[in-house]
Amino acid sequence: MSITKLLNTNHVRWMDAEGVLESDIVISSRVRLARNLDKVPFPHLLNNESGQESLKAIKEAWEKSNYEGLKQLDLLTFDQIGDLDRQILVEKHLISPNHAGSSDGFRGLMVNCSGSMAIMINEEDHLRIQCLLPGLQLEECFKEVIKLDDAFEETLDFAFDDRRGYLTSCPTNVGTGMRASMMLHLPALSISGQAAYIFQNISQLGMTVRGLYGEGTEAQGNFFQLSNQVTLGQTEEDINSNLIAITEQIVEQERLLRTKLISEMKYQLEDRVGRAYGILTNARLITSKEALALLSDVRLGADAGIIKNIKIEGLNELVVAIRPAHLQKKVGREMDATQRDVERAAVIKEKLLASQGING
Amino acid sequence: MFCQECKERPATVHLTQMFNGNKIETHLCEQCAAQKGAVMFDVDNKFSISNLLGSFFGNNYNMPELMSNSQSSKCPDCGMNFYDIRQTGKLGCARCYTSFERELQPSLRRIHGNRQHIGKIPLRGGEKVLLKRQIEKLKFDLQQSVANEEYEKAAQIRDQIKEIEKKDV
Repeated sequence: MSITKLLNTNHVRWMDAEGVLESDIVISSRVRLARNLDKVPFPHLLNNESGQESLKAIKEAWEKSNYEGLKQLDLLTFDQIGDLDRQILVEKHLISPNHAGSSDGFRGLMVNCSGSMAIMINEEDHLRIQCLLPGLQLEECFKEVIKLDDAFEETLDFAFDDRRGYLTSCPTNVGTGMRASMMLHLPALSISGQAAYIFQNISQLGMTVRGLYGEGTEAQGNFFQLSNQVTLGQTEEDINSNLIAITEQIVEQERLLRTKLISEMKYQLEDRVGRAYGILTNARLITSKEALALLSDVRLGADAGIIKNIKIEGLNELVVAIRPAHLQKKVGREMDATQRDVERAAVIKEKLLASQGING
Repeated sequence: MFCQECKERPATVHLTQMFNGNKIETHLCEQCAAQKGAVMFDVDNKFSISNLLGSFFGNNYNMPELMSNSQSSKCPDCGMNFYDIRQTGKLGCARCYTSFERELQPSLRRIHGNRQHIGKIPLRGGEKVLLKRQIEKLKFDLQQSVANEEYEKAAQIRDQIKEIEKKDV
């Protein structure tokens, strides 16, 4: 089953950065559609009985569908997936922290074996259809989720209103029900203090910025998640092209600043990258906050050619492999914070040394 | 400056809101602001989007009836009242959008602007919307043709519109 593989490795599709557009700066692209069954209360009002009915309708649509992209997904309910494994899915960005908090048998997940498609069942909305791909591939993500949406719509009646569009449990999603987002790594913009300025003004463009794990999380390791705020009154295509246009501008600014850093502050930059690499390959204990900050420096060093032979894929994998649930899954038991810090330091050291060292 | 409500205490809470593109400034003292349900940030509470939405919903002026649980009506499908929606930041079901249309409108406008859905339409149950959009587009083309004095083309478009409207009935 696809899920077993996803739970037992650190790897997931969005980490495959090689040969993908802008994948040094744009870590991943994601499109999510929120859909609700007509005439069924929204998930937060469901009890076990009404929840099972909602699940049954979705299951039937999945079984009946002729669309390969839907048929190939596995469907699992949360009474089949333990607490730790649900956290693993959160850390891989396949489900939301909120969804992982429940072990209800009527909530669950549909997922493919690479982890590029993940559909949350009875989360905040009955269906949250998502596609996650590496680099700048928002349009590809959109195509995939629309195909799945069409496949569901062959059987299911979704709550829809001609003026308000797709109806969602939270009015911030009404209309297209679409949230498109990009995970960006912006060390140069952060170092120069420009990131804060850009993001303060981005809301005027109908967009918003969040941290690594979405709503309410802080931007660790210079990772920023840029997404659309407005879902009503714009077509899906317009929302996507706006987001892409803004992202491209941000990427261009980041590249300009990086070039400037390399030419004007060569020694300071090499020193910073070298120190980060030194700590990461020698530390005995490391918190995830410190690790993410230093991995950001190493990543910048790899992008700038200061550190050779380190693959972006490996660094993407580390961002997830050092999270608490992944560490505990690897060791096979629960660990306290100190034990996790020890294990985290070991995981990073092993990965970095395996791909080898610094040139220069 | 004195509070606009009580006109006694000094105004210490200043709210700027946008309604339909008009800027409305309100100056209140703390007591009156609390009564009005203005957004007061409580640092001890975890500040989440649902809290923010809760205050969005509750902060609609001229609707004091929304402030009390007993007086608000219930959605016939799911039984939620507007007080519950304000508390959770979530609606109960699709019907809530029509049941609480009046109450929701200011909040929706604040989030999305005063706009209508122009995105994807469901394959099932979306046929009517599709026809409506087709008619809207043709009416626009018709105006264009008339403006350009292309009367033959305009007549064709007019017939097309009639044809679609017949189907709709």
